[in-house]
Amino acid sequence: MVKHLVTLRLLLLRNGLRRSPWQVVALIFGAVYGLGLLLIVTFGLVVLGNAPVELARTIVILAGSATILGWLVLPIVVAGIDQTLDTARLVNFPIPLGQMQIGLMFAGVLGIPGIVTVLAALATATTWWRHPLIAVVALVCGVLAALTCVVGSRMVASLSSTLTSGRRFREVGGTLILIPMFLAGPIIVGVSSGISNAQDALPGVAEALSWTPLGALWAVPSELALGHYGIAGLKFLIGLATLVVMALVWRRALATVLVAPPRSTARASTHGKLGLFAVVPETPTGAVMARSLTYWIRDPRYSKQLILVPLMPALLWFYSSTNDSPAFFNAMAPIAALFLALAIFTDLSYDGTAFASHMSLGVTGIADRTGRALAVLVFAGPIVLIFSVVSVMLSSTWSLLPGILGLSIGILLSGLGLSSVSSATVVVPVPAPGDSPFKSPPGAGFTTVVSSMATWGILSLLVAPELTLLIVAAVTGQALFSWLALVVGLILGLVFFQMGIRWGGARLDRRAPELLESLALQR
Amino acid sequence: MPEPTEAESIRERINANAQAAPPPAPQPSPPPTLQGNASAALSIRGLGKRFGETVAVNGINLDVPVGSFYGLVGPNGAGKTTTLSMATGLLRPDVGKIWIQGVDVWQNPLEAKRLVGILADGVRLFDRLSGEQLVTYSGLLSGMTRDTVAERVADLLRLLDLQDAAGNLVVDYSAGMTKKIALACALVHAPRLLVLDEPFESVDPVSAANIRDILQGYVRSGGTVIVSSHAMDLVQRMCDHVAVIAAGRVVAAGTIDEVRAGSTLEERFVQLVGGRHHAEGPAWLNIS
Repeated sequence: MVKHLVTLRLLLLRNGLRRSPWQVVALIFGAVYGLGLLLIVTFGLVVLGNAPVELARTIVILAGSATILGWLVLPIVVAGIDQTLDTARLVNFPIPLGQMQIGLMFAGVLGIPGIVTVLAALATATTWWRHPLIAVVALVCGVLAALTCVVGSRMVASLSSTLTSGRRFREVGGTLILIPMFLAGPIIVGVSSGISNAQDALPGVAEALSWTPLGALWAVPSELALGHYGIAGLKFLIGLATLVVMALVWRRALATVLVAPPRSTARASTHGKLGLFAVVPETPTGAVMARSLTYWIRDPRYSKQLILVPLMPALLWFYSSTNDSPAFFNAMAPIAALFLALAIFTDLSYDGTAFASHMSLGVTGIADRTGRALAVLVFAGPIVLIFSVVSVMLSSTWSLLPGILGLSIGILLSGLGLSSVSSATVVVPVPAPGDSPFKSPPGAGFTTVVSSMATWGILSLLVAPELTLLIVAAVTGQALFSWLALVVGLILGLVFFQMGIRWGGARLDRRAPELLESLALQR
Repeated sequence: MPEPTEAESIRERINANAQAAPPPAPQPSPPPTLQGNASAALSIRGLGKRFGETVAVNGINLDVPVGSFYGLVGPNGAGKTTTLSMATGLLRPDVGKIWIQGVDVWQNPLEAKRLVGILADGVRLFDRLSGEQLVTYSGLLSGMTRDTVAERVADLLRLLDLQDAAGNLVVDYSAGMTKKIALACALVHAPRLLVLDEPFESVDPVSAANIRDILQGYVRSGGTVIVSSHAMDLVQRMCDHVAVIAAGRVVAAGTIDEVRAGSTLEERFVQLVGGRHHAEGPAWLNIS
């Protein structure tokens, strides 16, 4: 049975590779990257053999703990990072729990991250090449630590899937997790500046970590080298106990998942409430607008992009205060405009085959494009205006206000025009409705990166005039250029918005069946 | 491509069944000179579609008379859904022409689509809307005023027993309820032709009977319905015309009585399509 599960994992990998050449490219990139990482790590570990034991110990414990922590956090951040062997799909088969657990564990190792982790953990033995006995212990600890990584991440994945089986909970929870992610930059900078301030404290941190489940196993060989045999034994036990406890918790969670598969929850019905459909104009455009706006609120794939907006001031305040430059703060409104306008650059991909209803009801391309763009404009417009005023108020650069307004409006309108064309042109793989917004479907990475890079590049050309004028205004301090930026931004923005909607609408009218065909393939 | 003789015989059979209106003069050669039947609700000529190596639809000709309740039956993978998708402007055909009430679907797609209500199989709905919102959305998209839409939505929800669930999100609906709400979306703009792909799949018997009543009333008032289905019994009882599709071709078409030729529709279907095994299951599946 274990063998079957492992074979299944490899088969799924092979079939996935056959389906899309991009996946082969992604796999090769991943493999090269992993191999490079592994070589560097091994080289470093061999070199550490010549370093004082204290230094080697500090580095190995810190890096090792970070690795285990990474494996634990990853399933939460990237739900479905590897759902090729989703337990929910194995529910129907009579597989004994223990065997399923072992099979899933091995299958978990059989990926680039798993293989690299195992080999790197084994490589910790090379540090002790002068002391063969300690090296053997390091090998054993390395294997156990690598298993801790895999079992730990599987445990977290199963736990989160039992916790989040309700649709509502899953969606809200998945969105909230974004907040620490967006703030990761400041947090990391804060932590690392703390570290550089207190480099002397690192051995202390490592010492403390070595008593926790994260660092215990990594510390065992160096304790032996230092002659602390009792402590080494104790830490080995801590590590072993961690692995056992994690395996047991995972087993419990797995058992729960197997008998209570995730299901959707129905909410109390509110009859007769049309929501936004009751207020929009009685036209197809208005209907599309109401539908889009409803999705911005209800669909986590859209609303996750909205979460960034209130966090942005905090983020930029942080960067402008660390760099002592108000320019970062003034970038608030243009950046918000950029994100909001390009948020719908693959709007059609999010619709999936539901787009067929627009086709079958004979909605014109113009109505479709206008509705979607107006929906964004309804909330993005006020946000951008408020951000502009607030940012110049806080950085007290009132003379730049017209220019910043001009650039932000220019970006917003031109960006929406551009999105109207791009979403009628490319279909990129996106998470299906109801899936985790972080789940990246096969082949998504590359196509998404390429198409969004292209969109950003084009947009930067479209807004170059008002951007230049704003920079001139900021450098020379002359209000004239600031006002010029406003005028140019407004005019160019409106022109590109119009053009984008016309052109995108015409493309949609012409290519709708082909788009629907590629949307159907995404499923 | 069909051999000319076969295509001829099919076309003759189809034309013989076309209601009223003079049938188009028999064409000596297949496309591109094929003429549609302008008086038919749906008229298909020489339709073909290929996906990679697979030929999904291989030269289909069909006339669906106005006011008929037309069943489309065929084994899995016969090309029913592909045909209906092309007929309703969702999928571009490789070859062939389609007219809805005389309007060329691929020349004037917007005009043609206003005449049709579609229940497509295997496409998503905008399921983050409540049932009521979704039907309202469809109504507004087809350009009706909000008051008209509201009145029709209320009627449809009542007829389809969806009032209680009207405020729930469609994503939380059961499969049958989802089918029903999709049907409401297809009906809301009062189309002249209804194209329903597997409308009764996973719908409970009571709702199915209600839906059948609605459809039969619609046909009596002059509307045309095309349903694709696997349920032969249902088609035999409900429809007045039927076409049997197999391997991307029409193998028989006409009124129910003509096609079934004395036996039941199911027997005739199996006869036409073939592939029935008369073996028992494998020995290991015999439990006793």
